Amino acid sequence: MNRNKNGVWRSVLRRLKKYTGWIVLSILLSAVTVVGSLWIPILVGRAIDCIIAAGRVDFASLKTLFLQIAIIAGATAALQWVMNAINNKVVYQVVGDVRREAIRKLQKLPLSYLDAHSSGDTISRIITDVDQFADGLLLGFTQLFSGVVTILATLILMLTIHPGITLLVVVLTPLSLLSARFIAGRTYRMFHRQSKIRGEQTAFIDEMIGNQKVVQAFGREKSNAAQFDAINERLKKASLNATFFSSLTNPCTRFINNIIYAGVALTGALTALSGGLTVGGLTCFLSYANQYTKPFNEISGVITELQNALACAAQIFALTDDAPELTETGDQALPPATGRVSLEQVSFSYRPDQKLIENLNLSVAPGRRIAIVGPTGCGKTTLINLLMRFYDVRSGSIAVDGRDIRSVTRQSLRRNFGMVLQDTWIKAGTVAENIAIGKPDASREEIIAAAKAAHAHGFIKRLPQGYDTLLSDESGSLSQGQRQLLCIARVMLRLPPMLILDEATSSIDTRTELKIQDAFAAMMKGRTSFIVAHRLSTIRNADVILVMKDGQIIEQGNHAQLLQQNGFYSQLYHSQFNPTV
Amino acid sequence: MFKLLKYLKHYTAESILGPLFKLLEATLELLVPLAVAAIVDQGITGEDQSAIWKYGALLGIFSLVGLIFSVTAQFFAARAAVGFTARVRAVLFRHIQRFTYEQADQAGASTLITRMTSDMNQVQTAVNLTLRLLLRSPFVVLGAMVMAFTIDWKAAMIFLLAIPTLSVVIFGIMLACIPLYKKVQAALDLVLGKTRENLSGVRVIRAFCKEEEEIAAFDRRNDVLTAAQKFVGRISALMNPLTFLLINLCIILLIHVGSVRVESGILSQGEVVALYNYMSQILVELVKMAGLIISITKGVACGNRVQAVLELPAGRPAQQGMEHPDAEGSAVAFRGVSFRYAGAQEDALSDISLTLMPGETLGVIGGTGAGKTTLVNLIPRFYDVSKGSVLFGGKDVRSLPEDALRSRIGIVPQKAVLFQGTIRENLCWGREDATEEELMAALKAAQAEDVIRQNPQGLDAPVRQNGRNFSGGQRQRLTIARALVRRPELLILDDSASALDYATDAALRQAIRSLPWRPATVLVSQRAASIAHADHILVLDDGAAAGYGTHASLLQSCPVYREIYESQFEKEGAAE
Repeated sequence: MNRNKNGVWRSVLRRLKKYTGWIVLSILLSAVTVVGSLWIPILVGRAIDCIIAAGRVDFASLKTLFLQIAIIAGATAALQWVMNAINNKVVYQVVGDVRREAIRKLQKLPLSYLDAHSSGDTISRIITDVDQFADGLLLGFTQLFSGVVTILATLILMLTIHPGITLLVVVLTPLSLLSARFIAGRTYRMFHRQSKIRGEQTAFIDEMIGNQKVVQAFGREKSNAAQFDAINERLKKASLNATFFSSLTNPCTRFINNIIYAGVALTGALTALSGGLTVGGLTCFLSYANQYTKPFNEISGVITELQNALACAAQIFALTDDAPELTETGDQALPPATGRVSLEQVSFSYRPDQKLIENLNLSVAPGRRIAIVGPTGCGKTTLINLLMRFYDVRSGSIAVDGRDIRSVTRQSLRRNFGMVLQDTWIKAGTVAENIAIGKPDASREEIIAAAKAAHAHGFIKRLPQGYDTLLSDESGSLSQGQRQLLCIARVMLRLPPMLILDEATSSIDTRTELKIQDAFAAMMKGRTSFIVAHRLSTIRNADVILVMKDGQIIEQGNHAQLLQQNGFYSQLYHSQFNPTV
Repeated sequence: MFKLLKYLKHYTAESILGPLFKLLEATLELLVPLAVAAIVDQGITGEDQSAIWKYGALLGIFSLVGLIFSVTAQFFAARAAVGFTARVRAVLFRHIQRFTYEQADQAGASTLITRMTSDMNQVQTAVNLTLRLLLRSPFVVLGAMVMAFTIDWKAAMIFLLAIPTLSVVIFGIMLACIPLYKKVQAALDLVLGKTRENLSGVRVIRAFCKEEEEIAAFDRRNDVLTAAQKFVGRISALMNPLTFLLINLCIILLIHVGSVRVESGILSQGEVVALYNYMSQILVELVKMAGLIISITKGVACGNRVQAVLELPAGRPAQQGMEHPDAEGSAVAFRGVSFRYAGAQEDALSDISLTLMPGETLGVIGGTGAGKTTLVNLIPRFYDVSKGSVLFGGKDVRSLPEDALRSRIGIVPQKAVLFQGTIRENLCWGREDATEEELMAALKAAQAEDVIRQNPQGLDAPVRQNGRNFSGGQRQRLTIARALVRRPELLILDDSASALDYATDAALRQAIRSLPWRPATVLVSQRAASIAHADHILVLDDGAAAGYGTHASLLQSCPVYREIYESQFEKEGAAE
């Protein structure tokens, strides 16, 4: 996962490729503006040579020189702005592209990856790291090109004035680049560390601010603050290191440049003394020497900024390029299914060292209602993860209508399922949008009908703006039960051939549940349904009850049969109604 | 932004020393043109080779001393900037933690997260650059002007004209950009919000095959962000070209004036060169500053957003509550309590009264959205009542300090949230200094012993963010254990056994009843069986008390309760 700097560079370049035209234009413009800004000192040098002493001032030449300076300055300024605008455009498009890439990648990440990584860290990559990457890239763009062009152009101009002194400058300047490289090489690691700790901090903030209610309920504010401070302290150290050491580049290169400047002044003056150079020429040369060394200074600054940008880019690309991606094992679409589901010798576990589901066999005829019961942690939810292909079986196979679900696309498989989970999730948007999530083109009437069927209409009507009330996952305006009713309405609206209800009514009161039972019954009619529930009222009417324990189906049958077996199910059942407990 | 600067005061020395050393370095730079002028006038024109050597060597010394000064300056600036941001972040985190439920609901987590991360990074960069360069640039500019005056005051008048004009351009662009950068950060909030949503809702999004739509929605926000960034980029990109143009026009003016003054014998050629050098120095400095100003502008915009969060009122002070002598000795009492959520049309609870003595159990039952959770949220004062009063230990909760109140209550919220860390760390949220036996006892009572036993690492088994490596039932039982570790006077279970099977639920209730310290218990549940044995049962219907009494009395007198009970029992019995 740890990519080296070259790899990161290559990834950056690959993303820039799309904008080659703009970049070339920007380089051309920077060449033109650099020439313009270098031309002016020549003209100024000439102008100064026109004013040697009292009575020896050439006003006529001065006038034309002034006009030339004004025109060139104006044109250069205008082109500079265009160039800056192009650079801005390219950089922000590129980072926009990176974010687009990231969200697309996010949709393809296996759940095992998402379950194993904290969302705060991922957010930090997509938001903060991309942001910092943009800053570095923009600086690189604006200064690197014009820097390089300036160096080349001043070199040529200096050569025309005095080749000997130019040589001195050329020999000495690489020193500043060397020192910049030396420092940059050491700061990349520091920036990387800073980026990582930042990700850690974002994860912590995300977790604690996101669950503030629990934090407050337990009065954990103080110890959280202490924990935050610990991370913050580490970030401060890492940040100080990265900031200070990277900021050494500039003084060091400037020092070398100043030395060069002194050298040029010295040798130039000596040459002028022997008549090899005019005073105007020396002025001009000194100005060039300054202009020539300045980009080295800037480039070295850019190099350190780029270290940060690259470190951030590495974090992003670790997500967009290196993180595993789901691949479709089959490209055929599963047509609307009749609902025959069979599991053969299915084994699965989240961690290799912990067995969960072993050699599970099950055959479900179309339209049957399957209830899955068993003690918590027995693998009920896992079974659903497998049916929906959130995870793939480790061995064995699951087939729908006789087709291995791995041979069809995930989307076409999932379209055949309607799912309501215990963990309700509300999308930021209106109530109506939330219900219509599975059928965006549904009319308001259809939405209301679905809400009525789910017995959600009553409370929705009482919300401040009814169906247009804005909701979000965080807002506490809905109770857990109301959220579940909304989720049920979602499925009521879509009615796919197969249903998965994982504790779908756990937070709904039994009276309401009784009322929606009819709607549920109508909904399940002719549809294969998998129901995970604890409420026996929900389970009793199932065609087949699967009693699971430790990843195995230990009993199978309908309510009456299972009670008669007097086994694990009957124990569970009686425990509920035994008043002495 | 500027109110944030008070947090710099812990770094006063650094904040002064950093710019000071920068100024010293800049002073040296200002002397350079003088040395060059001396080389030209004394050395070349005066044909004095020793003067050339002397002043050449001086330039070398300036460079070395300048290096030392600037490294020192960078060090202090970095220390101050990094320390400052760390401090503001810490203050910000504490402040946000003090938000009440209502305040947090209103602010929204996404924007709070961007403000603590992205915004703070920009602020850090800005402070660092400001300390390093912002004083330096105006100093060099003004210094160049002063030096120009020492050469020739008439020609130097041009500087006096140039500098205000340049300031107007620079500050004008800066002022125009601050609100634009604010917009950029606001667009970033939306992108972050969408990203978070996609992470938290991944299962539902995939189950409904909404990947494409989510991508499209993200793209829309992303495009808004990109457009905002490009727009502000175009405006701020004006700074450099405009200053470049202005300075060059000033140079023309300068040389023109210079030529007239040389003609009349007041100025020498070398002095004109020096004047020109000063003007060029201003240009170089302003070009440098332009890049800096963009970062500072961004930093100010971000700093304002951070400050806005800090200015939001957080928390509530304890206040005088009403006295209710009749509640003496009770654990919890409600006296005519009504509550309405901010912005809601109707009361979520109306006129609730009840009394619960220590060791007693209160069952709360009622339909979805009947106000059960709202009711229990009032006890630890997560929200304040709109009318009436909630009493804890006979005292109005509003008159008790929040942390003292909450430390006596163990609450198990509906949504079973665990935090990244280990099981032990999560349990110790209940009480920091709980011993291993106490933890195990709590786990046992919460029916969660098997969760530990199944795991080879036991109490030190890792918990991932939101506890997603545990099943819903396991999470619920762990959150119950977490509340029990606290040994609270009042235990609130807000429908926290919904994912437990009936046998476990029954065992759990039994265990809670036999807890040695006999806490008062509020039990919110959908299951009639769970609350049937409670000392008092409150039946809620649309926020109002539909009945209050014992199981037996309610069966007689309360039709709503009877309906609930029958929906769960009678028919079951008939089926058997």
